[in-house]
This record gives sequence, structure tokens and C-alpha cells, in this order.
Amino acid sequence: MSGSGQPDTSGSAIKNTRRSTVNRLSAENVTLAYDQRVIAEQLSVEIPDSSFTVIVGPNACGKSTLLRALSRMLKPAEGRVLLDGQVIQSMPAKKVARTLGLLPQSSVAPDGITVADLVGRGRYPHQGILRQWSAADERVVQESMAQTGVAELADRYVDELSGGQRQRVWIAMALAQQTPLLLLDEPTTYLDIQHQIDVLDLCAELHETQGRTLVAVLHDLNHAARYATHLIALRGGRVIAEGAPNDIVTADLVEEVFGLRCQVIDDPETGTPLVVPAARKARLTAAS
Amino acid sequence: MKTNRVIRTPGGLSLGLDVRAVTVVVLLLLVALAAGVVLIGTGDFPISAGDVVKTLLGNGNAGQEFIVNELRLPRVLVGLLVGASLGLGGALFQAVTRNPLGSPDVLGLGQGATAGALVMIVLFSGNAAQVTVGALVGGLVTGLAIYLLAWKRGVHGYRLVLVGIGVSAIVTAINGYLLTVSDIVDAARAVVWMTGSLNGRDWDQVWPLLGLCAVLLPLVLANARGLRMMEMGDDVSNALGVRVERVRALLMVAAVLLTATATAAAGPVSFVALTAPQLARRLTRSPGPNLLPSLCMGAALLVTADWASQRAFGADQLPVGVVTGVLGGVYLLWLLVTERRAGRI
Repeated sequence: MSGSGQPDTSGSAIKNTRRSTVNRLSAENVTLAYDQRVIAEQLSVEIPDSSFTVIVGPNACGKSTLLRALSRMLKPAEGRVLLDGQVIQSMPAKKVARTLGLLPQSSVAPDGITVADLVGRGRYPHQGILRQWSAADERVVQESMAQTGVAELADRYVDELSGGQRQRVWIAMALAQQTPLLLLDEPTTYLDIQHQIDVLDLCAELHETQGRTLVAVLHDLNHAARYATHLIALRGGRVIAEGAPNDIVTADLVEEVFGLRCQVIDDPETGTPLVVPAARKARLTAAS
Repeated sequence: MKTNRVIRTPGGLSLGLDVRAVTVVVLLLLVALAAGVVLIGTGDFPISAGDVVKTLLGNGNAGQEFIVNELRLPRVLVGLLVGASLGLGGALFQAVTRNPLGSPDVLGLGQGATAGALVMIVLFSGNAAQVTVGALVGGLVTGLAIYLLAWKRGVHGYRLVLVGIGVSAIVTAINGYLLTVSDIVDAARAVVWMTGSLNGRDWDQVWPLLGLCAVLLPLVLANARGLRMMEMGDDVSNALGVRVERVRALLMVAAVLLTATATAAAGPVSFVALTAPQLARRLTRSPGPNLLPSLCMGAALLVTADWASQRAFGADQLPVGVVTGVLGGVYLLWLLVTERRAGRI
């Protein structure tokens, strides 16, 4: 111990921990496990402030698990998740919920609930027994519905909506929480291509115009490369690479992370990396 | 069709009111009380509703006063409180398990309380008070067993229902065994107890029920907002800042206490806990646990059923549990048919 109170004397030993930057959300040497099944060991991740961070990786690489840990749905077996310098588990639940929002994969719209009512439930962390529905709540709900383009659906029942509309409503609920950080677990799953782009455009807009920090788990590498400002590539519970998509997405990286031979070309629309898997024959000859 | 009203004061106080739900609560309360008054007037010495109210307010003659205040009022109060406890307990269970089948009847709490009561009747030939304590302990132990068996990184709705059905089957078998080894007098007493009845209930049953409701109701209502969020799944409610596991454990304990005490007081009156929340929900047409409407619906249902059983078959002929069983069974069938038609099962 150096006696300075700063436990960074071992900084040289842990090469992935950068303590110089102070970001609002980070995981430090976390071991993530469900019961005895260990998903990730000694994993350290920083979410850069005001970034649109996307976590990618093959199935079962631990990306959703990492997101669950970052949003305190899963308590790390070892290590800690820090939010604004505090261990996230030790903070009051409602205080965390005013700072960090989560759109999980599994959410149930209660029977017979209207869009406005569901979005209104996002105000829960700002409310109390004596402060149940303030004028500010009303205003924020209207704004959230307007931003996500569901304002005209306000009085419709959620069960009547299409999948794309429903996802927008859930995003509106998370927005109504008014958190500077917003985590999204596979927000485009089960949507057709048009609605996938629609949801990602919405995320990009929230990131750009409101300066919110967004963290999303995405399956589609090309979507990730196009929309992310910061990419984290996971495999087997370890960070293989992280950084701006233009800097890190290469054919070698894709092969290392996904085990897929491919070419990486410039996306003709945006100039971001575009992953084109190698033809089946080419992959077969390479393997033999 | 928005029926929400908001009351705001300059001090920053704001209360949300669902006008329709409030109306339903008031109407059901009136129905329950009116049925109570009619029930007090029903029996071998019929008393008109006006006289009942007069006597309750302290202006009746001596004969009426004895019949009303000593004989019939406690029975009706037990009925109201048991119905209210079962309605609220059922609403809590169904909300926590997110399943209309997650009611104390299906989970085996009634059977657990019955087992406790049977042990006292058959093995110890206990008196009425001992039987009540036995039922209470039986219900609490069963509730605890279900919760512990269903625990695996938190309690999940479906697992709770399935474990409850399993426990219910085991306890039913134990009850059957206890009945077969009992002698004929005990068996007859046990069977009457097992049907659920309000006969011969007096002030001794009123006070514990009233005390428990007075303690638990504010506690439950204070957590109702968290419970409402939990409808959307554990992840969403956690993300919104609800301490899901704590709220769930607290409300489960409250629901088990309510159900066990009600069962100890009146026997396992079937189907009130299952039907009251569903009926209340159809009246309020509002998502959410509908706790107060379910409570009032339970009270109204039970007292009305007790009145019907006395009216149709004469005083003390038919235990109230038979009526609620028939009504609840019909309702369950109707629910299954309409849900199937709607393509939900």
C-alpha cells in the first residue's frame, strides 16, 4: 500500500484498467456467474460518457450478462460495477433508477393498459406516495411519446400495436425515466429490417440531440458498426477489442471474435466498416 | 376512456385517482354492508332492515339488541372480514405470481390450514380455540414451505404455482389419511369445518381478524405501487427502482397471514380468493392489482353467499363454503370458456 488512499499501486499489473478517465459507468474486474456457471472472469469495461456504445459478440459470449451486471440486475460474484464512483449495489434503488435506465428483453405489457399509462410508469422512480402524478410527470410523458413518435397512439391499448410500435412505446417508457444513461438489451430482436433501422435511428437521435449515453447489445455487426461511436467486442467473457468501429473492425477481428472469414469494406452509404462474409466455397477451401 | 383524475396542491402534493375504481370500491362496500344488514335480519326471528339499523345505532329494544349485537352481528362481521381478507390475499397472490390461478385455493394454503385443524380435531380432540390455532399454524407452515421450495434465485410466478399445486396434492393426501383414522364424531366435525362455515361465530373470532387487517392493510397499500410495477416483469420493475424481491416477500407474508387467519376463523371457504380479484378487475377495467376493489368484492361475495345459503336452505343448514364453491366453480368454467374463445389458453 502506498498510503495515498488510491488503490492503484497495482495499475501496471492490470493492463485493461484505465483509471485516468473517470466515466460514469464502469465494471472493474467483475466475475459474472449464474449459480455455478461462470460467464466471465476478471472482466473490466468502461462506458465512455456521451457515447453510443454497442456490445457485440457471438451467442453466449456474455454480452447480455455484462449488460445485466452494468444495470445491477445481476450481482457480480467478484469485482464491482461503479456508477458515479459508487458501487451500484450499495446505492438506493430509486436513485439508480433516476440515473440509469434499462430496456430489458423480457417485458410484459399488463392486460388492458394504454400507451400513455405504460409510458407513465416510467415516472415511478421520480414519484412517491404523496407525489403520485405531478405536472412534470405529465409533461415528461408527453415529450417522451412525442420523441418516439407514439404520441398519436396515446389512448390505444398496447396489446393492439405492432411489434415495432410496441418497442417504441417501451423505449418511450425508458425515456420517461429521464436517465442520463440508457441501456438496451437487443432492442431490435424480432423486428423486421425497416423497424430495426427505425429503432436504431431513434437511438442515434437520442444520443446526438440529447447527449444521453447509450449502451446497447446488438446481434447485427453491420448495424453495430454503422451506429456505434464505441464498440466492445466480446468473446468467451473477455474483451477482444474496443474502440471506434472504424479503428477496430477488421477481417482479422471478425475472424477472431466470430470465427468467420470475411472481407471488411467501406459501407457505401456511411463509410463505416461493412462486414461481408466470405462465400461458402472460399471458406471450405480455406478450411481444407 | 380515461377515468384518471389528478389532485394537486401548491405544496407539491399530487394524488392520482382512478374515478372508476373509486366508484367500484364505494358501490361494493355499500353492497357488502347492505347484505350484512339483510343477513342480520334473516333467521328464525326475522327483523326488518330498518330495525336492524336502528338497533345497530343503539336504539333497539332489549330483545332485538341481544339477537342483533350478541348473536348475529359477530357472525356477519366475521363474514365481512373473512371475505375481505380472502379477497385481498387472493389479489396479492395473483399479482405476485402474475397468474389468475396463483390463488391460495390452488396453491394449497386452504388445505394446509385444514391439515392443521384436522390434526387438532382428530389427534388431540381439541376445542374450538385450539382448532383455530392449528389452522393458523397449518396455513403459515404451508405458505412458508411453498415459498422455500419455489425459491431459486428469487421466486418466479409459474414455479410458485406449480410447487403450490404439488404441495396442495401432498397435503390433501395427509388430510384424507387423518379423516380415515378419525372416529365418526370427530370426522363429522372435521367435515363441517372443512366446508367453511360462519355458524356460531362470535366476538372471539372478530377481534384477531380485525386487528390483523388493521395492521396489514396499510402495509400492503404502501407497497401497492411497487406491486403495480411488478406486473411488467422483474427486469422492468427492478430497472424502475422497485426492490422486487423485498416487496414480493413482504406481500407474500401478508397474503399468507390474511389467508391463514381467515381460514382459521371460518374454515377453507373456497373460491372467494380466486374469484374476487378477477371479478373486481372486470368491474374496474383497470390494469394493476386492484387491491381495494378485490377486498370489497371479497367481503360482498362472502356475505351475499352466506345470506343465499341461509335463505335457500334455512338457517344453519348449509355452510357458506358450499355456496361459494358452486359459484366459484361456475365462474371458473365460464372463465376457461371465454379465455379459450379469446384464444388466450
